[in-house]
Amino acid sequence: MQLAVNIVVLSAIYALIACGYVLIYRVSRVLNLAHGELMMLGAYLLLATAASFAGNPVAAIAAAVVLSLAVGILVYVFLMRKMTGEMVLAAVLTTVALGTLLRGLMVLIWSAQQQYPGQALGFDNPAIALPGGGRISTFAAILVVTTALVYTGLFVFLRFGRWGVRMRAAGQNPLLAAQRGINLHAVYALAWGLSTLTGSMAGMLIALDSGLTSSMTVIGLKAFPAALVGGLDSLVGALVGALIIGAAEVLSIQYVDPLLSDVVPFLVLIAMLIVRPWGLFGTREELDRV
Amino acid sequence: MSRGTPRASGYFRTDYAQDLALTQTRLERASLLAFAVMLAAFPFLATAFYLDLACQVFLAAIGALSLMLLTGYAGQISLGHAGLLAAGAFTAGILFREFNAPFWVTLPAAAAVGALLGIVFGLPSLRLRGLYLAVSTLALHFVVVYLGGEYESKRGYSTGIMIDAPTIGGYAITNGRVWYFVLLVAAVATLLICINLLRSRTGRAWRAIRAHETVAEALGINIAAYKLLAFVISSAMAAVAGALFAYYRHFVSVEAFSLFLSIQYVAMIIVGGMGSLLGALLGAVFVTLFPYLIEAALQQLPNAQSYAGVLFAVNYAAFGAVMILFLLFEPLGLVGIWHRVQHYFLLWPFKHRPVAGAGK
Repeated sequence: MQLAVNIVVLSAIYALIACGYVLIYRVSRVLNLAHGELMMLGAYLLLATAASFAGNPVAAIAAAVVLSLAVGILVYVFLMRKMTGEMVLAAVLTTVALGTLLRGLMVLIWSAQQQYPGQALGFDNPAIALPGGGRISTFAAILVVTTALVYTGLFVFLRFGRWGVRMRAAGQNPLLAAQRGINLHAVYALAWGLSTLTGSMAGMLIALDSGLTSSMTVIGLKAFPAALVGGLDSLVGALVGALIIGAAEVLSIQYVDPLLSDVVPFLVLIAMLIVRPWGLFGTREELDRV
Repeated sequence: MSRGTPRASGYFRTDYAQDLALTQTRLERASLLAFAVMLAAFPFLATAFYLDLACQVFLAAIGALSLMLLTGYAGQISLGHAGLLAAGAFTAGILFREFNAPFWVTLPAAAAVGALLGIVFGLPSLRLRGLYLAVSTLALHFVVVYLGGEYESKRGYSTGIMIDAPTIGGYAITNGRVWYFVLLVAAVATLLICINLLRSRTGRAWRAIRAHETVAEALGINIAAYKLLAFVISSAMAAVAGALFAYYRHFVSVEAFSLFLSIQYVAMIIVGGMGSLLGALLGAVFVTLFPYLIEAALQQLPNAQSYAGVLFAVNYAAFGAVMILFLLFEPLGLVGIWHRVQHYFLLWPFKHRPVAGAGK
């Protein structure tokens, strides 16, 4: 039972991070390898707002969420906008460079020590006993619920929302979308903002649950196989991929070797690339375009 | 390498020997000689610190040249270069620890392991392009590093593997000056191999594949074979560089081969300039010396001691910033700047090239 709980929690973490990769890739065909760093930045933003909104945790969280949305939009406006129309590789390498820059800056500003934003906000994190003998920490439970809410929200937004439809159109055919009067830059900026927002939420919740260290970027990178296994342009795929990666990781730690945990997601990724490079739910034509 | 403007006026190639020659004009030969003399004299003038820097540059140059062959010429993106270096270093380390093998066994063995891994890294390239290929090499990097870490922990070398200095006829290479010349020779040999590969059928096939795969195939180039060959050659070179690195440092550990090292190698070929061997060399020099420049710059600031703890963070940030600046404003890299300067002086006092057809 505890095993099942662990799988669900880890999968929820991966799913919440992976939808950021999917959003950006689906809309602008850019792979954002700085996602792990942006997610960590979100967690540090919470730490910063916790200090300035002392005694008001709800305001602190709200401020951090809004700030992370702004960060994503700013990244697009000041950096990735310049890379539209360039080679796909150049754009990807720009995100890699951005990640390196952010990592250095975050250590400079907040130091490399482990931090506990949960304590700073005055939350404690009691374990909840589940029927069947499993236990789950409060913030892990909140994380699972958040993932469910975020995915529901994104589905509804992309299916029915005005901007959601625009985002899908821009992803399908940027030229036609632009001729139809859709402001591509606004759509891309929105995609970056939403992606950073969801990533930051994952970062904040992980930090509230188990503290904030520099190893968080590794989690962000390990979530990437989840997005690719499901298909880089499919939200359902990201959900399924996260479940597969999460299950594979938890089971291999439990039954094979704990050292494997960092490499299992990538083994699954390689297997997927050999069998079905476009992922479980991805569209096949994607492959020829990149 | 398109040279729009002639290097010297009145110079025409009149026989095949001139076509094959590595240097064309007297000025080129003279400057090359001067550079060689400088390189030979350097270890006798420099301190141990600068000697170590030069050795690091040579090692980085071998790695950067091999990555340039693969990415800059054959157009196959690799984000797993550190994995190949690790494979070479660990081959040398394991053979030394387990069988006490001398370096003339471990270096070829490292090359063989590298070549084998090159096939593994290259196989996805037959089905995947661009982004997906980069991702698959990234994944393989983690697998290789995991295997290295597994060996370390299972055999009880949890901090890393120690390697003795290589010995030739009873003489152990420990002196910094001897190392300088060993690594210089290795780097020059790599450069010559690369130059000659690129002038041959293989190099032309790679460039054709990079320019347009379908057209290259229509021209009769065996795409799969040449792609794999690019991976094999590049990986073998990188693995040898890794093995040399292990001998030079007397020490192998997975910590040295993080993802950041792969990023650094990619940065070398970007900052240097894609599709140019000179670019790979310039990039290797720049990226290797960059952290030391940052350190020197921080030393100049008031109360320098207080920055010592954050030095690596400043390095990360500055490195990322420089990479972004090059990607945004100078996609051709240092070589692009070099060519612009060259053109400025070649065309002086004019500003623009002659119109096509008018001056040729």
